[in-house]
Amino acid sequence: MKMKPIAKFYTALVMIFLFAPIAILLVFSFNEAKSLSVFSGFSLYWYRELFRDSDTLGAVRNTLVLAVSASLISTVMGTAAAVGIFKLRSKYLRTLMDTVTNIPMINPDIITGISLMLMFVFVGRLFGAATSLSFWTMLIAHITFCLPYVILQVLPKLQQMDKSLPEAAMDLGCTPLRAFFKVEIPEILPGIITGLIMAFTLSLDDFVISYFTAGNGFQTLPIRIYNMTKKTVTPKMYALATIIFFVILALLLISNLFDSETSESVRKAKERKESHRRKQKLKEKTK
Amino acid sequence: MKKLVSLLVLTAVLCAILLSGCGGKDTLTLNVYNWGEYISDGSEDSFDTVREFEKWYEAEYGQKLKVNYDTFASNEDMYNKLSTGAVSYDIVIPSDYMIARMADEGMLLPLNFDNIPNYQYIDKSFRGLYYDPDDTYSVPYTYGVVGIIYNANVVDEADAVEWDLMWNPKYAGNIVQFNNPRDAFGTAQYKLGLDVNATDHANWDAALAELKTQAPLVKSYVMDEIYNMMESGEAAIGTYYAGDYFTMLDAASDNVDLRFYYPSETNYFVDAMCIPKSCQHKELAEIFINYMLSEEPAIANAEYIYYASPNSLVYESEDYAEELGEEAMEILYPGIENFSELYNKFAYRNLDTDTLDYINTLWEELKIS
Repeated sequence: MKMKPIAKFYTALVMIFLFAPIAILLVFSFNEAKSLSVFSGFSLYWYRELFRDSDTLGAVRNTLVLAVSASLISTVMGTAAAVGIFKLRSKYLRTLMDTVTNIPMINPDIITGISLMLMFVFVGRLFGAATSLSFWTMLIAHITFCLPYVILQVLPKLQQMDKSLPEAAMDLGCTPLRAFFKVEIPEILPGIITGLIMAFTLSLDDFVISYFTAGNGFQTLPIRIYNMTKKTVTPKMYALATIIFFVILALLLISNLFDSETSESVRKAKERKESHRRKQKLKEKTK
Repeated sequence: MKKLVSLLVLTAVLCAILLSGCGGKDTLTLNVYNWGEYISDGSEDSFDTVREFEKWYEAEYGQKLKVNYDTFASNEDMYNKLSTGAVSYDIVIPSDYMIARMADEGMLLPLNFDNIPNYQYIDKSFRGLYYDPDDTYSVPYTYGVVGIIYNANVVDEADAVEWDLMWNPKYAGNIVQFNNPRDAFGTAQYKLGLDVNATDHANWDAALAELKTQAPLVKSYVMDEIYNMMESGEAAIGTYYAGDYFTMLDAASDNVDLRFYYPSETNYFVDAMCIPKSCQHKELAEIFINYMLSEEPAIANAEYIYYASPNSLVYESEDYAEELGEEAMEILYPGIENFSELYNKFAYRNLDTDTLDYINTLWEELKIS
């Protein structure tokens, strides 16, 4: 594929805007000095410092624990919700449910955050608790904003699925539950996995909602970095950002590789079917 | 089905790990709420204050202790979290004006100084400051003074006098000014010898006129961007706290020669340790405050934060003076004998909403023109 010079220039520009900030971060994470303006020499000093900083590593651990549990729970709940919505008979009820589940997604984060915090404080006071915010409130908040994204991924897969598949399974003696796990789940699995990954990344980099719902002793990484603004952010954070960037990049490459392999096998299967059909037609003609 | 079950089991295990991390029943928990990057945390081979306190406490009292150390980014953030009752902390470290406000609103507990014998090392000139006139609620942690930073390769040293340097037309396009109304108006008011806590509009109008004459000379209005602009030589004249000047000096390019001086009238701040009403272990909190005032942690924190310390164990320590160097000592401690007098006269106080609204209108006017 050849590109016109203008198209090349435009692509280059887009790439620069996308990746220049990350490149700068990457380069300065290896800087010997603290400065962002002078590169005085290559060193792994800030990486060593990062792995000694127990508070930052604790924040990373908190962030991961929260993201893993929030994404898993919201995937299970979201898939169940999507199946439920899909099976609703009344069209109006279905549209209504669809709209309601979309509200947290359209709502600005700051409003979701403040309203969740107020609710937790209100409920906490009702039960006379001294502190109302904790890891659990933060987990509830994260599940709340991840749910609609999971439903949004799973619902279209259900609609694309051939309805006669689970029916056929039940015809052949499957219980409804068994038909669901053996036939429907594998059909909608790509949607579930995409939903899971989306929920995980959303939970991982959320700042606004976490900021309002964070309780004692459980601060996530985005909050910790934001709080460094009284003094300057140390290059330790550049090192951390670089590591996170490469981990995400690796995950992305693996999932893309996996994706292209499956689409490759699908294509091959189709080709085989096609050639089989052609051969049969040929046979018929020769008869 | 198996996958689903294993996912659920994994979640349960994760939650269990998390809970077990919170410690058993016989472990005390102390919740500390401080500014980010505002304690010596063991980085770059420094003293890890929080971990060392845990160890010290266990050795001293035979009781396991876990310190939950959380950070905030501004006084207002901290105030909002505490005042809604959403969180509870045993110790907070706000700035002066916020301490005055919290004390007014009954959010702080009076300290029992019997548990804080090290308070004797706090310099006399840090007693009776306006925000806590009877010394009931707070123990000073750090303080700082605003000064002027300039690049001696660009600026003629003879011009570096008082606030006039910030208004010198010779250096048009080289000056950076604060990008928040209170601090920016403050520089003009100190220059004109006006009261920074005035409520009459004429005072603020005069400051605005002064800022308007400065505006054509200003390169940009900045907050934290000042670090990179001064370090790289992009700007040659700016104003910030003395402690932050050293951060810039550390990271400055080779062709930039940063210097620092205090104008005679300027802004002061004090950050102090307090115990909020939500405190659950008051005596333990007081023991922590006392520990923070003892020699080793106090010196480590002062070296880490690079702001001045009101603790005589710190500023009279030879090790500390050696670590900082002569120049830094002179700049950080410009003679604190009459500190309380200067502080009570020049430090910012809480203004009433009418005045704040008026300042914001003037600020808009300046930014538009």
